[in-house]
This record gives sequence, structure tokens and C-alpha cells, in this order.
Amino acid sequence: MISLNWVKDYIDLEGEDLRELAVKITKAGVNVEAVKDNHINNLVIGEIVSCEDHPNSDHLKICKVNVGDETLQIVCGAPNARKGIKVIVALPGAVLPGNFEIKKGKIRDVESNGMLCALFELGVEEKTEETYAKGIHEVEEDVKVGSDANEYLGTSDVLYELDVHKHRNNDCYYHIGFAYEIGCILNKKVTLPDISHKEIKEDVNDYLTLKVETEDCPYYLAKMVKDVVIKESPEFIKKRLINAGMRPINNVVDISNYVMLEFGQPLHFFDKDYLGDKIVVRKAKENETIKTLDGLDRNLKTSDIVITDGSKPVCIAGVMGGENTEVLPTTKNILIESAIFDAVSIRNTASHLNLKSEASIRYGKGLNYEYTKMAIERACHLLEKYADAKVLSGIVCHDKVDKTDKTVTFKTEGINKILGIEITDDDVKVELDRLDFPYVYKNQEFIVTIPKRRLDIDPNINDIAEEIGRLYGYHNLVSTLPKGVTKQGEYIGDVKIRKEASKRLRTLGLNECKTYTLISPDMAKLFNYENKENAILPNPMSIDKSIVRTSILPSLLNVYDYNTARSVKDICIYEISKTYDKDFNEDLKVAILMKGEYLTNDWLKVNVKVDFYLIKGVIENLLNYLGYKNRYSFVKEQMSDLHPGISAKILIDKDEVGIIGKVHPSLKKDDIFVSEISLTKLYEKSVKPIKFKEVSKYPEISKDMAFIVANEVESDAIKSVIKKEGGRILGDVKVFDLYPNISEGKKSIAYRLTFRDETRTLTEEEVMSVFNKIIREIETKFNVILRDK
Amino acid sequence: MYKEKIAEIKNELKDLFNNVSDMQALENIKTEYMGKNGKITLLNGKIKEVPNEEKKEFGMAVNEIRNEFNEKYEKIKKNLEDAEINQKLASEAIDITLPGTTIKNGAPNILEKIVEEIESVFMSMGYDVVDGPEIEEDHYNFELLNIPKGHPARDAQDTFYVKDEDYLLRSQTSPVQARVMLASGGDKPIRMICPGKTYRRDADDATHSHQFMQIEGLLVDKNVSLSDLKGTFDVVVKKLFGESTKTRFRPSYYQFTEPSVETDISCFVCKGKGCSLCKNTGWITVSGAGIVHPNVLKNCGYDPKVWTGFAFGFGAERLAMLKYGINDIRTFYQTDLREIENFDRRED
Repeated sequence: MISLNWVKDYIDLEGEDLRELAVKITKAGVNVEAVKDNHINNLVIGEIVSCEDHPNSDHLKICKVNVGDETLQIVCGAPNARKGIKVIVALPGAVLPGNFEIKKGKIRDVESNGMLCALFELGVEEKTEETYAKGIHEVEEDVKVGSDANEYLGTSDVLYELDVHKHRNNDCYYHIGFAYEIGCILNKKVTLPDISHKEIKEDVNDYLTLKVETEDCPYYLAKMVKDVVIKESPEFIKKRLINAGMRPINNVVDISNYVMLEFGQPLHFFDKDYLGDKIVVRKAKENETIKTLDGLDRNLKTSDIVITDGSKPVCIAGVMGGENTEVLPTTKNILIESAIFDAVSIRNTASHLNLKSEASIRYGKGLNYEYTKMAIERACHLLEKYADAKVLSGIVCHDKVDKTDKTVTFKTEGINKILGIEITDDDVKVELDRLDFPYVYKNQEFIVTIPKRRLDIDPNINDIAEEIGRLYGYHNLVSTLPKGVTKQGEYIGDVKIRKEASKRLRTLGLNECKTYTLISPDMAKLFNYENKENAILPNPMSIDKSIVRTSILPSLLNVYDYNTARSVKDICIYEISKTYDKDFNEDLKVAILMKGEYLTNDWLKVNVKVDFYLIKGVIENLLNYLGYKNRYSFVKEQMSDLHPGISAKILIDKDEVGIIGKVHPSLKKDDIFVSEISLTKLYEKSVKPIKFKEVSKYPEISKDMAFIVANEVESDAIKSVIKKEGGRILGDVKVFDLYPNISEGKKSIAYRLTFRDETRTLTEEEVMSVFNKIIREIETKFNVILRDK
Repeated sequence: MYKEKIAEIKNELKDLFNNVSDMQALENIKTEYMGKNGKITLLNGKIKEVPNEEKKEFGMAVNEIRNEFNEKYEKIKKNLEDAEINQKLASEAIDITLPGTTIKNGAPNILEKIVEEIESVFMSMGYDVVDGPEIEEDHYNFELLNIPKGHPARDAQDTFYVKDEDYLLRSQTSPVQARVMLASGGDKPIRMICPGKTYRRDADDATHSHQFMQIEGLLVDKNVSLSDLKGTFDVVVKKLFGESTKTRFRPSYYQFTEPSVETDISCFVCKGKGCSLCKNTGWITVSGAGIVHPNVLKNCGYDPKVWTGFAFGFGAERLAMLKYGINDIRTFYQTDLREIENFDRRED
């Protein structure tokens, strides 16, 4: 939250419309999410000139209140309402927070023309038991009756709520940094606050020695003040802290926070009398603990930076101080710390302690070392002014900061090329001046020095182009298209087969799903037909999503459950997704689940139910489409979670590529059929280009044969004998009839064989000779009875 | 003599033809008169008995009766056939208002539908569609993309690590771009998009999903500018959201682009006037983009002094939610078949 009244200390905003300014700032890249204006109309300072008990109440009072140009009668219920105090009066017409409008009226038959306000009623304080008990707010005597109470309360302030992109949150979240941002938008200069103060003869170095034993603290400054008088802060400091969302405590603590909100530099104040004469900054030791200001005992890790008094920790660096050196109302002498700690280290410490403080947030973003010194001087200035502090001379200092300037050398042409605009050297000069970036210009070349406050800017031309671009205004860009040779884009690698499989399955009436890659351990146990080990997340968000799946089928079962619970009867779905095993080997799979009816027309009694042969047909159609016609086969195999008699492996060129089967009845009662195929494996099998094949001009001869054979004999076994013996002139072989259990344990199966030759008409005799040979061979190979031919 | 005979036959036929009612009767008549021993056929034999001077006239008369017969026969035959067909057709008439046989829908996942639309626009502009591993190395997901260890941008992405700090579920699809750049060897222009799944540690609710889809893209060439990016966006959003859609860039920040922008489109519901969808701003944010950071080019084998490029990213969920008015991100991952049914169709 940025207070614009505060910003006005550093930059002239006279006559600026602050809502319009917010829009300009947002356009240039720092998002002002909301403009808060707490101003309340018809709010004045009044004085109670008389106060009498209400005749119809045991607690209400009837007050006569002088509001400057008139005296009003107001009924008030606060116990502290009394003659002679100054109060905040909401006049009729005032609208208080909560859209509560003050009107003239009667309270228990007595006229009342306004309201005497407590701070919580004005939104200045939170409503708590404590603030409620205070009653109406008693205004200091020196405030003028009849004056605008907004001025007094600070509610005349306008506040910006910022949503700053990460890279700007180290310079736009404090008031001086934000003033610079406004400065570049309005082309105005920033004035830094007064840091002057007197110093007494005593030198801090005589009271303190400093040793820094870790590289994670490149900069450590300390100054000392004596004889502070602890009291309430002046109103402006309190108001500003409240507006920034911080609670005023006392002048000393408030000043440390105030300076942090000015410069973005967190300060830490130690009670010097409890600290001793030594500071050692080091990494925490094994099992070291500290009780922090919030009263909690904290266990430290050896990666945490601590400030110690030479033996024990007195502060978790950049995160929170220790109770043992806390500034208390009795404190007299203070050591002020202003330092820079490694951002990553502070973030890690704050995160493992689960302790986000104003300081740790700021340290975590990174700090500008120029303000480290300025902030400590500013604190001395304020402590002298508002806490009667005597500032000791000298400064305790550890300084290993790399102070090399970051510079960028570039030509305007380079900026124009990146942005696609045409600006001149003079335009660039104007923009750099607005940014307050120092530069040297010679031989059409700029050498820009990046200010220390802009930690986000790297020394390269793109970063400068961005700064110029955002001020130039991206809305001023024209639209052009990239030049260069254009070709039609392509699906690269296995993306193509994925798209093709997906389109075909949709055409076949299956709906595409997308489910989560991360699954639960229970799901991971299902359909592990490849016996793969899972990759398991070491730190999952929840056990439900802790395992990287090797099969999509468990997730499709969830989709089945979801839809079944919603009374969807026919469920034909598929998903294509990457799967991974424990060694992160990738396998792109397509999974299919079908249940219910595939074709339906109830009144016509057309009800094609999904069964094994239907899903097999879908798979065959898919594989044919993908180019594997006559290369695949199905081999019966038992697999976990599939019906032992209705499950198979799918092979292409004798290599396993997937599975098919019915979901085991112990898993789901419904007749659910599933298949899963590895597209990764398919993709490795190349497909020949399509060739035109003319249909034979000569007539075909069809012959049928039927056998009685044991139920266990598979059709494909007989078929392969037929094919082998049929030789060159045998075309199609089709099963056209099947009677299971025609006699005990036997079935009748009938085949239709089609014979043809591309070059001539076949004679009945030669066909019959082949046909009989096939029958003989089947009779020898299998225990069959020829039923018919 | 023969004249009388012919006249007699003619009379007989007249009666017979008038009374014929079915095909069988007609065929009987044909046999009786035109068959091997038919009355008209037999007339031919009578020519011997006719005097020479009358032979010609006789021949003509026989021909005439034969032609008359055939004509009449064909006509009646056709009538009978027509009647038969008409009767058959009448008996076959059905109630065409009864419901047709249901051929099942094959709907795409809503996100895939959006992805396919975007793919088709970009492919027409020469962008290849590429994908890469979802379990990715830290090196590709972060290091090469200018996000070194300890960088705050890593915290924000809140990554699912799979093994130590080396392997992770990719938190963005950008590593695919790094892989393509490295594979291209630093001397060829690149146009690619890489739609795909990404993962971040967000608790699932109506607006957050630990798994989501990004559609990122990259163009690397010589002399590529931010204005080229704007022109490219214009083409894409007009295709997706209609010809009148306008594009606006706002400054933003991403680690792998510099300058970075956020892209807004004019609200397609209110046409920029202000409505609930665009929160009364007239604009909707759809994408982040920018000029590829020189460090990223360098890391991936391209000399930033010679090559420049732009990169952009869309969130598939966001686009789909905007385009179809979907309020809950979980919709995409639940697959309620009743909800996706409507997506099985083309759109103008």
C-alpha cells in the first residue's frame, strides 16, 4: 500500500489527478490495482460545550457540540462523552464505512443532528473490544474546532494498492522507490528526505566491535543513540503506518518501520544495554535456538544467518529480532542495525521457520546498498527529532559489497530494432532523463549507468529497450508480421500419430478425456500389466496426487465412475497421454474404455452392446487407419484387473504394443471393456506409403467349410492353417458362423474362403484340390470333425 | 377369306385385352396369339394359300396385326407393372418422424479443441507443433531459461520435483523451446509452438489446477521486433475471437523475455464497452509474451548479436473458459459426457 500523501514528501504532485495518475502508472507497467480514497465528507472537529443525561435512557447523553459555525444537539452513548473535550463529528450527510449515512433524527424522542465518532466507526481502526472500550475519540486540544477531520485523521490521503510484477517489487514497494517511478512517468525529479543530525563526541566504535563471519552478509552497518525518550509517535507517523497496514507501537519502534517504508531497508533496533559490546554475524550452530519477539522459541538450522552477542543469538538476521535485546518502554540506549543479507538465505530461513515478517519479505526481494547507509542516517535524524536521542558519532561497518557500476552501451538503432519503432537519439535522451538513468552520449552511442535502486535491470540493451518501450507506450506500436521464408507448419515427431489416433477415435464415436498425470497409490496399483515401477513424488501436495502414472486406465475408470454416478449409461471414452516409469522413461499411450451401447435405436430394437468384439473392432479400425493392417494380432493372456478369460495382448509384427480386455468383475460390476496401446511403440514402427491395387478382373470362387472342434481351439489357429495351405490363390478367409457348445465342450465354426487369381479364371478343379488339402491339413492338425463343406 | 380371319382375331383380341387384369393373363394371351402355335403366328403359314396377287396385301395385314398386338401388349404390360410397383411402394411407406438410430458422439476435450484451433492458425503461418518431456530436467525448465537456482521466480512456480532438485514435472512448456533451439544448432530460423501439459503446486479449486495446459510459441530469426509480435497476435486473436478483436500490449515481466508484455484483447462480449467478463475494462488478458532474453538465446546456442526472437504463451484453460463461458477449471479434467457432447461439432 502506497500513501500518496507520503510520496508527496519526495515529489511534487500538485494539481495531479491521482486516479488518472494511477492509470498512467499501470500503463507503464506497475499495476495500481485499486485507488483507495478514505475521505469522508461532512466530518468536522467539534467541542462538547454541554453534556446532560438523556431523560429516557440510563446511558445516553444529550450533548451540545460546537462545530465552528454552529452548535448542534447530538445524542451520544459513549461513556467518555463529557463537557470540554474535542471530538470528531459526523454531520448529517456524512457516509461512514459500511455505507452508513448520518441523518437528522430523534433518539428516544430527543432530536439528534449528527454523530460523535469512535475511530473504528471511521475505518481508521479495527473494531475490537479494546477500541470499542475507548469510546468516542478524544481529539488533542490544539486541533481547531470546525476544521476538516479528514486532515486530522489522515483520511484525506489517497492510497494505491499495488500488484507489482516480481522484478519491480524491490523498488516499487517503498515510498521513495515509488516516487522515482512516478517521477519517470511525470518527468519530475525526486527529492530525498532529510538525514541530517547532530552527533555527540562519543564514538560507537568505542562501545561495540563487529565481526562478520559469513559471506551471506556483505554489508553491515551499525550506529548508536543514547538517552531516547520512549513515547507515542507524532500523529503523521502513526497515520502513515496505519495506512501502510502497520500498528503504531511507540516512537522508537515506529521510526524503524517508518524508515523501512521510506527506503525499503529494514532496520533492527537492539537495546544496547542488553546487547553488550560485541556483535558477531555468523551462521547458526547445530541445535541453536532463540526466542523471537513474538515469544516463540525457534530452532535454527546451520544455513540460517544469526546476529549474536559473541556467544548467543540476539536476532535471526533479516527475519526477526530476539526477545533478549528487544526495545522496551524502559530502553535508553539503542544500537541501530542496517544491513544486507543474502536474499535466498533469508527466503529459506523465513520459509523453514514459517515466519514471514516485514523484514524477511523485503530481504527476500533483494536490497539496494545505497539506501542501507542513507536509511541508518535517516533513522538517526528521526530519533533525534522525535525521541530526543543523542546520536553517537562514527559508524560500525563491514563492507564487502561489489560497488561496480552496471553500464550498458548501445545505439538508438538497437532499441528501434527490438521494439520495431523509429525514434531518434534525442528521443532516447528524453526517455533516459525521465528514467533518471545517468548516461554519456558520444559518437551516436549511449553509455548508460543503471541506478542502484533498479536491481531488476540487467546490463543489456533489451532491458534498456524495455524501459524505453514502456514509457514510449506499447499502444504506439504498429503491427507488422515477421519477414522470412514461410512454409506450412508440421506436427513434429509423435505429435502427428497422436493427433491422427485422436481424430480417428472421435470419428468412431469415442469422447476425449483429459485426466491428471498424478494419481493415488491405490490407483497406481491397478492395470500394472507391464510391471513397471512408479515415479513417486518426494514431496507431494497430497497423497491423492503423489504418483506419476504408468497407465491411463485407472483414471478412465474414475471418469466412468463420475459419469455413472450421474446416470450416463453409455460411456465410450479415450485419452492420450504421456506416462512415465520410475526411471522417467516416457511412453505415450492411448487408453480406451467402452461400456453400454454403441449403436442404439430402442423402438427399432437395434441395440449394439459394447462387448469384447466391438472394442476389438474399434482397435482394429484404429490400427488399420494408422497403417498397420495385416500386421497386428491378438494373443490371449491373463493380466491383473482384467477378466482372465477375456483379455489379450496386442502385437504388431510380433512385438507387444498394448492390451485389451474386460475389466475384472471384482473391480467393477458393469461390463466394461478397455484397451491401452503404446503410441510410442507404434511410432517406432514405420508405415509404407499407400499404393493403388487393382481388383482382379477374373471371377472369384467362394467355398465354405464348417468344423466341430473343442471350445478351447482358437479361431486364429485354424485360420492360420487355412492361410498357409491356401497359398497364393486364397484371398479372404472369414468366420461366418459360430455355434458355441453345440455338443459337450465343442463348438461349430464355419469359414468362407474366397479364391481368386489376378491373371486368369480359376477352374473348379484346382480350387477344390486346394480346398480339400486345407481340410485334410486341419483334420490332421486339430481334433476336428468336418461338419459341412 | 383371310380378311375375315384377321378381323376375327382382331375382335377376339380387343375383348381379351380389355378384360386382362394381371400379368399372368397377359402372358397367356401372348402365348395364345404370338406363341409357337399362336393364332397370329399361324397366319404366316397361310400365305401359301393366298393367291399371288394378294400375297403382298396379306403380308402387310399380318404385319399390321402383329404390330398392333405388340403395341397393345407393351402398353398393358407397362400399366400392370406400374400398378404393381405403386402398390408395393404404398405398402412400404413409413413414419419418417420416428427417431433415427443414434450414432454416438465423439467429442474432443474442450482444451484440445482450443489447442487444435490455435495449432491450425500457427501452422498456417509456418509454425511447427512440437512437444517434449513432461518429466523434465531442471536444466531445461529453469537454468537455460535464465532462472538460475535461488531465483525468486522458482518459488512462484512452485514446482513438483520428482527427484532431488534435478528432475521435475515441467512447470511451463518453455523447456521445449530450449530443446528445439539447442537441436537447431544456432544457425537456422525457428517457428514453433509447443502446446502441452504443465504442473505447479496449486491446490485445485474453481480457478486453480495443479495440472494445466500452456500453449507457448517461439520465433527466432534475424531482425524480429516487438511490432512483429503484435502483428502475429493480431492474426491469431482475430481468428480465435472474431475479426473485430483488437490487441493491446502492457508492460510485464518474465524471466526469459525482455522486454516482456502482457497481451489484452478487446472484450468479445461487449466489444470494449465494458461488461462483467472484462470487469468493465473493455479488455481481457489472454497471453504473456516478449522478446527472447539475450541470455536465453546464448544459453541455447544462438548468438544474440545476430539472432533475435519472440516468445509467447497462452493458457489453454483461460482461453477455453473465456471463449465458452466456463467458470470452473475442473470442468476440463472431469469429463462429464453430458457437458462435452456439444463440443462435437464445427464452428464458423
